[in-house]
Amino acid sequence: MTKSKSRTIKVDALARVEGEGALDLHIKDGVIKNIKFRIFEPPRFFEAFLRGRAYSEAPDITARICGICPIAYIMGASQAMEDALGVTVSGPLRDLRRMIYCGEWIESHVLHAAMLHAPDFLGLDDALQIAAADPALVEKALRLKKLGNTILEVIGGRAIHPVNLKVGGFYKAPAKAAVRGLAGELEWGVKASRELVLAFGGFDFPDYNHDYTFVSLHHPDEYAIHEGDIISNRGLDIPVRGFLEHFDEEHVRHSNALHGMMRDGAAYLVGPLARYNNNYKQLSSLAKKTAKAVGLGAVCTNPFQSILVRMIEVIYACEEALRIAESYEEPDSSCVEVTPGRGEGHGCTEAPRGICYHRYRLGDDGRILDARIVPPTAQNQKQIEADLRGIVERNMSLSDDKLKWRCEQAIRNYDPCISCATHFLKLTIKRD
Amino acid sequence: MTDKIIGIGNAWRGDDGAGAAVAERLREMGIDAEAQDGDGAELMESWKGCDGAIIIDAAVSGAPPGVVHRFDAAESEIPKRFFRYSSHLFGVAEAVETARLLGRLPKRLIVYGIEGANFNLGSPMSPEVEKAVTETAALIKGELDHA
Repeated sequence: MTKSKSRTIKVDALARVEGEGALDLHIKDGVIKNIKFRIFEPPRFFEAFLRGRAYSEAPDITARICGICPIAYIMGASQAMEDALGVTVSGPLRDLRRMIYCGEWIESHVLHAAMLHAPDFLGLDDALQIAAADPALVEKALRLKKLGNTILEVIGGRAIHPVNLKVGGFYKAPAKAAVRGLAGELEWGVKASRELVLAFGGFDFPDYNHDYTFVSLHHPDEYAIHEGDIISNRGLDIPVRGFLEHFDEEHVRHSNALHGMMRDGAAYLVGPLARYNNNYKQLSSLAKKTAKAVGLGAVCTNPFQSILVRMIEVIYACEEALRIAESYEEPDSSCVEVTPGRGEGHGCTEAPRGICYHRYRLGDDGRILDARIVPPTAQNQKQIEADLRGIVERNMSLSDDKLKWRCEQAIRNYDPCISCATHFLKLTIKRD
Repeated sequence: MTDKIIGIGNAWRGDDGAGAAVAERLREMGIDAEAQDGDGAELMESWKGCDGAIIIDAAVSGAPPGVVHRFDAAESEIPKRFFRYSSHLFGVAEAVETARLLGRLPKRLIVYGIEGANFNLGSPMSPEVEKAVTETAALIKGELDHA
């Protein structure tokens, strides 16, 4: 590798990263000359065409940004509108919101961890081979994912782009029998997700740790999913409305998506690893016990172990959904009444991939004057690039094929939802 | 005659929307067909309990745009590379082959692939692909009529 030798490798299908993007890596005489992670992102278009629409339309419109995490967009937009219009959603309606969000975590995390990320650790080329190697594991994962979808169907009306959620709550409260009827499968889900954590615990994790700035929501009473203040492991503690004062985005020439950063320009990390490190104490005892069984303590700084953290969050999400399902009573009203008017509101929830921030300004008639949405993958981009740099530096001696593999695996640590509606990632390694 | 018909695609991505457009066309002809966005796991759930299924998706094999491929997936493997343009990570080919491995394949499974050329965000469908959508809907109708 020390010879001055030029090789270019092009891989045009990183099929297991949702969306479209590219990684260009240029190595000269064993030193990284350039590393660029490019993604193409549609939410910016949404911000423009939200202008002039009614406040009540934002949840359903923004839900279309993502087919995997529509709840994150629906709820972030709803809460921002509620903030602007002085509405509080509490009691059973708040519980239902938390429960449907658990469903989204379950389906998103399980698909990523079992079908897309696990094959990397097993040395398999794709999700098909894992079905051949371990059909029972795949059956379990598919049943868990279906459980997540079923929660979305029961509360949200349908699994993809749910239709039953609105600013102030729900169009129709789900029937008691339907919600309570999920309890049996959720009990199975708690056990099954635990078994998956233990199975993945045996993987060989690349030795890479980084001193991340972890940013997540934090709620005083619960492991934050759909509500909370924004905190970091370096002492930041701000209300959601302070987001734009502390975080910024920059245009980088090589990507049409914005790169998120702290106001001082530093990269930060959002997502399962950030939540786990910031809110570990609030996980259930079973989740913590299972984490311990696979060697995880209160702090985890190896991004490759995010596959374990995702599945630990699935245990927690199944337990939370079960707790809510078992005590669910139909509310007197399916929503809180909302009166349209002028205002500015902020909303932020923990999408499966990390915090997703919304801000809207409304005119007197409740129409949107201005919208701002900061999705999780945009926030992680700068950190993804930094991680790739660190990982390539440590693995310089690997052959191009193996290095490419390692980079793909590293990108998948973030489950990057590069843009839900797009396709593939081009990976180019050039060595001079 | 209980074949489930599912068209996969994203109408916002030019030719990617071909499969979903076929489903729409079939519905206009009074034939029950569903549009999905390409989540393979959902696809495997949707044909559960059906004797047969017909799936339509956009394909990229290097053929000219608008070419219609037809695979009997119950008989043999479908070429994975053809369908990498499925909108979601665990796509049609993965779903079909995973289902085969898990013994979850319907008895009859036909997969139509419509060759696309332009998958850009916000692009309209290519005229050749538009034509192929109509053609495929007619082919499927014929297939159902003769079943």
